[in-house]
Amino acid sequence: MTRYIVRRLLWGVLLLIIVSALLFVMFRVFPTADPAKLRAGRLQSQKIIAEIRVNLGLNKPLITQYWIYMKNLVLHFDLGYSYYSNAPVKSLILERLPATVSLVLGGAVVWLVSGLGVGIISALRPRSRLDRFSMGGALVLVSAPEYWLGLILLYVFAADIGQVKIFPGANSYVGLTSDPVKWFTSLILPWLVVAAGNAAIYARLIRGSLIEVLGQDYIRTARAKGLTERRVVLRHGVRSAINPIVTILGLDIGVLLGSSVLVETVFDIPGIGRLNFDAITHSDFPIVQGTVLFAALFIIVANILVDIAYAYLDPRVRYS
Amino acid sequence: MSAGAAEIVPGGGLELLDTGTEISARSPLQLFWRRFRRDRVAVASLLFIAFLVVIAIAAPLVVELLGLPGPYTQNPNLTDSFGSPLGPSGAHPFGVDQLGEDVMSRVIYGTRVSLEVGIVGTAIATVIGVTLGVVAGFYRGWVDTLLSRLVDVVLSVPILLLGLGIGAACAVRGCLGGTIQTGLGEILFLIALANWTYVYRIVRGLVLSLREREFVDASRALGASDLRIMSREILPNLVAPIIVYSTLLIPLNILLEAALSFLGVGIRPPTASWGQMIAAATPIFNTAWWYMAFPGIALLLTVLAFNLLGDGLQDALNPRTAR
Repeated sequence: MTRYIVRRLLWGVLLLIIVSALLFVMFRVFPTADPAKLRAGRLQSQKIIAEIRVNLGLNKPLITQYWIYMKNLVLHFDLGYSYYSNAPVKSLILERLPATVSLVLGGAVVWLVSGLGVGIISALRPRSRLDRFSMGGALVLVSAPEYWLGLILLYVFAADIGQVKIFPGANSYVGLTSDPVKWFTSLILPWLVVAAGNAAIYARLIRGSLIEVLGQDYIRTARAKGLTERRVVLRHGVRSAINPIVTILGLDIGVLLGSSVLVETVFDIPGIGRLNFDAITHSDFPIVQGTVLFAALFIIVANILVDIAYAYLDPRVRYS
Repeated sequence: MSAGAAEIVPGGGLELLDTGTEISARSPLQLFWRRFRRDRVAVASLLFIAFLVVIAIAAPLVVELLGLPGPYTQNPNLTDSFGSPLGPSGAHPFGVDQLGEDVMSRVIYGTRVSLEVGIVGTAIATVIGVTLGVVAGFYRGWVDTLLSRLVDVVLSVPILLLGLGIGAACAVRGCLGGTIQTGLGEILFLIALANWTYVYRIVRGLVLSLREREFVDASRALGASDLRIMSREILPNLVAPIIVYSTLLIPLNILLEAALSFLGVGIRPPTASWGQMIAAATPIFNTAWWYMAFPGIALLLTVLAFNLLGDGLQDALNPRTAR
């Protein structure tokens, strides 16, 4: 097991290096636009552009530029400076991290509870009217674009522009530490939107998985022993049907931490996604590059954690 | 009905040989089709998709027949003195946008982008994924290792962010001296780049088990070349799963294009794209609900139809898991 984890970690580090190299190519080699000019903004004099070129090291050969970029990244986790605001990208991202984490983890709780609840009830009575209704609804939610769903919720419920003014609308996010109540209420609509599609996917997954498990012999044995139905379903059925859910939960959270840009844009939540979106409008390459690298980091770490967790959850899985 | 049961030949009885009716085994693909045909929801989705394809191809004609102005016709008379667009009316059933363009006309033209991205993008990705998957599964060894590692790399960057990154890097004056421009081509490239990995994983897994089957040994004993075994023996067994999984990818790609266009790094105006229309509607959606609502409904129905179709195909492929 230890050997497996070490090998997995090493591959993760290598993956990160490969991804960072690809991002370097994407933002330094690909663009036709001159970074020095983008960095100069409105101060487009030849002298300033030349100065910036030296400061950013753009006058050096590409391979040297790459070496400097990697050295800063590995030694100081330095992602460079914003072209637009001159702030260090690392601190910009870390500042925005709490909002994104609040959004994603809260959303995950909502989609887990609702998705698993609906899925388990559906699995107990497959083909019933309730099952058909919830699975049909799930498919509609999977098909709806989340940002559109967000706009509709705002149109109906937002306190400023909604038809029924119940929940705080866009741009109402406050940090957890400054006002926990406002933090919670401002995130209700975004959580629902983040959760909608995923809850539907999880409901479908746990339903399929649980129906399969409930057909197994050991479930019949458990019933024959005289266990209560509740115990059979929850302890024997769900316990084993939930394993695949754990895998995708880890991955989904990892992916979403990096790509919550759509929901953050609609609700104007100052998270990493919103940072990324704003950076794109300014062609602020270092920020985009930094956020994508961060997203890759989340995904790689989530992958490793999921593989390790899986071995603990499912005794049949043994890595060597 | 049990799959694969021979049909009783009328009047044939036991003397099957004398009936003159040729009895042939149904191919897996025929069985697949027979099971699919009985799924009414899936067949209805297929018909709806066919309807969308017709609309997309005949968009100018449809707009003409409905008596709507073209998608790029701007009419400043259709906004009030504050610049807010007018809502649905007889002449403009879906209302107009800030520029006085007819929303219904633009929704109809938006079908083109969505289907092009969904179907063409997925098809390119599928061809690449199947080719590489068959080769990796068949030869195993270093080819397999190399390709599987490449898949790991591709999958460690979420496709939406990859699209945002490429969109941002190429937005100003294109990429590589202007050879890559943002827009439809770039999105198709992005979809091909990311989506072949899903097809690859599934195909590779199937080929790994297929290559050990007796009919492959038999073919090899008859002197068939590797290429022939891959294309004539293994590939036909993959057709049904490939159809199923690529159908399930189409709605994801339609949503991806819409999301990128919504974020301003996909299809740009004046070309009509549903995602970009929703983005343009965002600043005014509290007053002009129609501009946000109709492109979204079109997107939802299209994606839903492909999802239902994919589900139906999947059930037809694995009858045991059918609902």
